[in-house]
Amino acid sequence: MYDYFQSLLGPEWGYLAAVVLHILLLVVVVLVALAFLLYFDRKVWAAVMMRKGPNVVGPFGLLQSFADFFKFALKEPIIPAGADKIVFMLAPLISFILAMAAWAVIPVAPGWEVSDINVGILYIFAISSLAVYGIIMGGWASNSKYPFLASLRSAAQMVSYEVSIGFVIITVILMAGSLNLGDIVEAQAGGFWNWYFIPLFPMFIVFFVSALAETNRPPFDLPEAESELVAGYQIEYSSTPYLLFMIGEYTAIVLMCALLTTLFMGGWYAPLPVLDVLPGVVWFSIKVVFFFFLFAMVKAIVPRYRYDQLMRLGWKIFLPLSLGFVMIQAIVLAVI
Amino acid sequence: MSTIAQKLRAFLLLDFAGAFLLGMKKYFTPKPTLNYPFEKGPLSPRFRGEHALRRYPNGEERCIACKLCEAICPAQAITIEAAIRESDGTRRTTRYDIDMTKCIYCGYCEEACPVDAIVEGPNFEFSTETREELMYDKERLLANGDRWEREIAQNIELDAKYR
Repeated sequence: MYDYFQSLLGPEWGYLAAVVLHILLLVVVVLVALAFLLYFDRKVWAAVMMRKGPNVVGPFGLLQSFADFFKFALKEPIIPAGADKIVFMLAPLISFILAMAAWAVIPVAPGWEVSDINVGILYIFAISSLAVYGIIMGGWASNSKYPFLASLRSAAQMVSYEVSIGFVIITVILMAGSLNLGDIVEAQAGGFWNWYFIPLFPMFIVFFVSALAETNRPPFDLPEAESELVAGYQIEYSSTPYLLFMIGEYTAIVLMCALLTTLFMGGWYAPLPVLDVLPGVVWFSIKVVFFFFLFAMVKAIVPRYRYDQLMRLGWKIFLPLSLGFVMIQAIVLAVI
Repeated sequence: MSTIAQKLRAFLLLDFAGAFLLGMKKYFTPKPTLNYPFEKGPLSPRFRGEHALRRYPNGEERCIACKLCEAICPAQAITIEAAIRESDGTRRTTRYDIDMTKCIYCGYCEEACPVDAIVEGPNFEFSTETREELMYDKERLLANGDRWEREIAQNIELDAKYR
């Protein structure tokens, strides 16, 4: 694709056009996939609660997310009189753009990524750490009690769980010997017994639970605990700004599913080498949807954590566990 | 359960696995949801819904303006005015209004009526966009009676053996 555009528009402009096209393609594909994943999320949640879920818009309600999109987009955005207008409108944009930006380095199939940088995992870690700014800015700029409390909770929660996520990622890096996500997937080639979720099983669980906390999913959805803080940092938001927050949140969730797939489940590789006849993107999607299903099930079956329990789990259980595992891992690798 | 066993359960996520299995079981059980506007639940013959004034098969209205329903109505939702009809000298209503916003659907009017004229039919989907539309007059009630006569007659017949 780069060659085609460069022959058409010259080296610089052709490169730029190809990159922009890549980005557009990625954003469109992720957003459309997200619409159906949202529907899937609601369906799973409803089915476990013995409800039917959305089933009116389109066949089996498949177009529900698009209907919701238009509902949000056509409503009037309300900005509270006391709000800091610039920051207030900037916050949802930041959380949406950052969630999207992290997708740039996810290898969907061999060579299928917008940017193949050799510190891909550090980039993702940096970007997902910045995501907390969107929430803090939203909560602070609303100039209201509940959003403020919620954003404080959210900041504390995301910072706490990022620590254990960092250590879990270090164990994966130690195994693979590379910071490039493509190389990490390559290191897991050849059947599911080579995937990292087997040697790193406790860390796989720690990463999954931390990902739940990092993306403010139930049972760690304290920042938007609707029974105590109404809707958390999103209270004052309506229409498109709210939509951006919601899409940003779900993009981050799918990103975490993609990361779980890349780091622990062999990315684009099939569970058995014979099944590699299907293209890598299919296997990648299947695994992401599988993890998303687990995320949705967790939302349906686990009650919300109390705030002190959340902090205890993050600092007193996950941190020593992951730190200890990094040490053991390092020692084992040094001895072998 | 001992503390160690409890810790072990928590560490191995056994509770979580159990909840997951239970969740999957519920996932595949048939859903009891009724798809309301397309499917409707069964109604008893005694169901007390929207009011209707019935007619005899020859088209004569049943109501004889005895005003028992007006007298018994606990919400005082019914207003009746009566006069002698010029053509045959029978006593008839000139006005029969029910304020549906006052009505509590107790069914006393139905019980009080000696000629089964005022009845509460099986219709419960009569929401309106304005209050005024819920002030039913005689014309509206008679129209309801004509519209729901089959269902109302069937319900009265089904319920007759218990009265």
